[in-house]
Amino acid sequence: METAPKRTNYLNADYGIRSWLLTLDHKRIGILYLISITLMFLLGSLFAVLIRLELLTPAGDFVQADTYNKLFTMHGIVMIFFFLVPSIPAVLGNFLLPLMIGARDLAFPRLNLMSWYVYMVGGIFTLWAIITGGVDTGWTFYTPYSTTASHSNVLMTAVGIFITGFSSILTGLNFIVTIHTMRAPGLTWFRLPLFVWAHYATSLIMILGTPVVAITIFLVGIERAFGLGIFDPALGGDPILFQHLFWFYSHPAVYIMILPSMGVISEIITCFARKRIFGYEFIAVSSLAIAVFGFLVWGHHMFTSSQSVYAAMIFSILSFAVAIPSAVKVFNWTATLYKGSISFEAPMLFAMGFIGLFTIGGLTGLFLASLGLDVHVHDTYFVVAHFHYIMVGGALMGYLGAIHFWWPKMTGRMYSEWAAKVSAVLVFVGFNLTFFPQFVLGYLGMPRRYHAYPDEFQVLNVMSTTGASILGLGYLVPLCYLTWSLWRGPLASANPWKAAGLEWTTPSPPPTENFETTPVVEEEAYTYPLKEAEVV
Amino acid sequence: MSSSTTVAHQFDDAAQQKRASTLGMWVFLVTEVMMFGGLFTAYVVYRSLYPEAFAQASHHLNAELGAANTLVLLGSSLTMALAVRSAQLGKRAGTVIGLIATIVLGSVFLGVKAYEYSHKFHENLIPGPSFVFPGSEADHAQLFFSLYFAMTGLHALHMVIGVGILGTLTVMAARKRFSAEYHNPVEIGGLYWHFVDIVWIYLFPLLYLLGRH
Amino acid sequence: MSSFSLFPESASTISGQVDALFFFMVGTSLFFGLLVAILVIYMAIRYRRRAGDTGAGAEIHGNLQLEIAWSIVPFVIAMVMFYWGASVYMTMARPPDDAHEIFVVGKQWMWKLQHLEGRREINELHVPVNQPIKLTMTSEDVIHSFYVPAFRIKADAVPGRYSTAWFEATKVGTYHLFCAEYCGTEHSQMIGRIVVMEPNEFQDWLSGETTVADAGSAMVDATRSPAEIGAELFVARGCTTCHQGAAGVMGPSLAGLYGRERNFADGRSAVADEAYLRQSILEPQSQILDGYQPIMPTFKGQIDEEGLLALIQYIKTLEPNEG
Repeated sequence: METAPKRTNYLNADYGIRSWLLTLDHKRIGILYLISITLMFLLGSLFAVLIRLELLTPAGDFVQADTYNKLFTMHGIVMIFFFLVPSIPAVLGNFLLPLMIGARDLAFPRLNLMSWYVYMVGGIFTLWAIITGGVDTGWTFYTPYSTTASHSNVLMTAVGIFITGFSSILTGLNFIVTIHTMRAPGLTWFRLPLFVWAHYATSLIMILGTPVVAITIFLVGIERAFGLGIFDPALGGDPILFQHLFWFYSHPAVYIMILPSMGVISEIITCFARKRIFGYEFIAVSSLAIAVFGFLVWGHHMFTSSQSVYAAMIFSILSFAVAIPSAVKVFNWTATLYKGSISFEAPMLFAMGFIGLFTIGGLTGLFLASLGLDVHVHDTYFVVAHFHYIMVGGALMGYLGAIHFWWPKMTGRMYSEWAAKVSAVLVFVGFNLTFFPQFVLGYLGMPRRYHAYPDEFQVLNVMSTTGASILGLGYLVPLCYLTWSLWRGPLASANPWKAAGLEWTTPSPPPTENFETTPVVEEEAYTYPLKEAEVV
Repeated sequence: MSSSTTVAHQFDDAAQQKRASTLGMWVFLVTEVMMFGGLFTAYVVYRSLYPEAFAQASHHLNAELGAANTLVLLGSSLTMALAVRSAQLGKRAGTVIGLIATIVLGSVFLGVKAYEYSHKFHENLIPGPSFVFPGSEADHAQLFFSLYFAMTGLHALHMVIGVGILGTLTVMAARKRFSAEYHNPVEIGGLYWHFVDIVWIYLFPLLYLLGRH
Repeated sequence: MSSFSLFPESASTISGQVDALFFFMVGTSLFFGLLVAILVIYMAIRYRRRAGDTGAGAEIHGNLQLEIAWSIVPFVIAMVMFYWGASVYMTMARPPDDAHEIFVVGKQWMWKLQHLEGRREINELHVPVNQPIKLTMTSEDVIHSFYVPAFRIKADAVPGRYSTAWFEATKVGTYHLFCAEYCGTEHSQMIGRIVVMEPNEFQDWLSGETTVADAGSAMVDATRSPAEIGAELFVARGCTTCHQGAAGVMGPSLAGLYGRERNFADGRSAVADEAYLRQSILEPQSQILDGYQPIMPTFKGQIDEEGLLALIQYIKTLEPNEG
């Protein structure tokens, strides 16, 4: 075993379980989140494996209908609320934001630790609900099914999600205040890395949207617990009102998942193209535009729910509008490659994979924004494919890219470059093989959340399950070589990629206080090529 | 426990710390507005669907007690403002007295609220299987009372938390933790308290007065 | 209906319109998707870092003209997509006047369908070809969604309200009927088929003797039309006491009521459509007609969804001069 040089960093500054569970260091809290969400990801993936196995054959023969319904519900709940929403913000945002803006920590370290505990408590409630029988409402909790018809652990799960929501609110609050008040001298808003801009936009959604879904889930909970009729049509309640309140958060929540990934891509592409970002201001402002417009499009989940034709039109036109800032980002990333000096380390492969998958996800989003077309493909596998392209192809690809990019900074170790490239290719190929056939299935008319399906859909489902096994392998490989690297990986220098950004000017792993002296910023972000002095 | 406790390690100076904590409370209040906003939306939708039932149901609330409670809360906002002013001037006694007065008024509000709740219980106006409402629109009246309890209950929860915060501030003030230079926690606690008051200023007319003839 | 294919059958007047829009969007998406893909791949190769390179990219900050161009052009294309999609949606939302009405009631986990002529079906709907069909839908329990892929139509059946959809089948054949909104354990078994027949065969079928088993609603007879059943309910439930004959002291006359504007005591008004009639039966106190006393009792819990649709159908048949 290689021994690290005797330099104090945040990992060896203190030892013992207490030093982790009571830490106020944003970097350690990031690692706590990393471990927790990885476990949740494995759990969510297990559900996905069982779902894909069931769908190998048209008959519902692998698990029972109730079990299947619980599987897709818990897959959605675990992956969305406990993996994707906290993934990049809580792990990498926590770790990197203070480093990127030259601060010693986030503004409120105690709140930060509290957010992790809140997440864990919510997670325990949800796991308890899963272990004691599970929940079968779909992650959307549509009323009146969730309030009057379901016989599963809706209340317990609702409590879990309600609690976890506050972890996200606290994280968002912390980020906003930190970005506003704790930037290093000279670090003006338009010198911030785009990763920070993306997290600022994400945090806005977290603090504005999450309380609404919390109160909505709370109402579902008390309706179930006390037999009230808030969303029950039998007592004059309106089940469609639930959908409005739910999607008011849950559509913007999609942007909570994808915006941080977009920030990551800007960092990675500039580094490996050795170029400034093309159109910095446009990428920065488009993040805010997405956050704002994201709040105005929720009705596009309800085009077939008998809402008024004119409301549908307004939501449709706004949904088309929100596609523009996303397109602007893709074009700017592409233009950043122009006349670059491009190399293809693993993070860059993930980033390029992101551009491909996100483009497909974004373009198919237009199909769903289009009223006449959405009526046909709504609630079919077309929707399933679309949001997996965004949330897995986009968000998860960005997350993997980010983990590979900043792994040396977080752990002080390098991983096997060759294995990482294999993993990037496996994920890209496996993902497309899994989810592209689902677009075809959706247009053919296969509804989502079906335990059994007509025979003619089998060929495409078999393709999808085959792809999923390749995709699964693509996820398992990094788990192995990254863990391996913790002990056997070569030591990382302060700046192994020769990247710009304050986080690369401090040693890997960084000391507890992040910087020996508060850095002073005199330039814009991404001043590639770096001057010799900056390359440590 | 000297100057090192007043400026946390992550901040450069007291001014930065103050900016951060004040902004933090404002951001938090924004999330609170959104949370109550969800309930207000539900209220507005159902009120417009069933105006008659909501008017009838609101007659079962005691407007006199509600009005009295409104005055109590407005008074508590005044004492809170006085406490903040005293803290800014570094007057310890004034701060402590203002905070205690605010706690007392807040507790009076909660006491009256508890009395109202128990009254509703005796009248069988607690939503659920035992709900009894005279008149033909019992179902819709139950919606009203569901929202009434959800909204005032969430508000009361905020009051309870507020009283707890003020209690902590009182102890800190009594122990000379604040000065004319460092009194930010009192200001932030005050922001929270005023917010809780403002929520009630909206709840009172919506629930007690609207539709009353 | 059960062989492998990559594209769904197109069997209604609207399905061709939806497919045309779909192909337009696929084409546009392919163009932009390939544009991005080709550019990324081309530049990845063209500007790859070679041995001996300085490792310095060109210093380019951006280009305002380009930013404006690639904001405006996609926006214009998106607006074309919006307009096209919205116009198809408008067609879907407006049933033709000569559409033939069929009642649909969803419940866990079956579709109950009622022809106005009297035939009732479960999980199977027979319709004539080339005849617009309007579906009026509701649900007895949770939200369901009536989905016929071959017709490209889908509409949620929401408890407590009526929703509509319409189609005109263009090809004789049998097509899938799915429930598209998750509704519980047997959601994936809440499926059925639409049988499109030649008009004369349909007439034979309609007058045929074969009936499906009645599923729970003892009140409704499988051989009579909804209007007949509604007339019977109207008497049996005592509606005649107040609503018979000319406008009386007790209740307003219902003759010729459907489609008329109603003014309420509290100053509001509404058009007497299906939703209004439904609410007046279930929650009579919520909309008191101007000049009348709030004395009508509620019928909530006493008449099921199919009975309600039958009553409404009966009220719709009352001509102004009848009584």
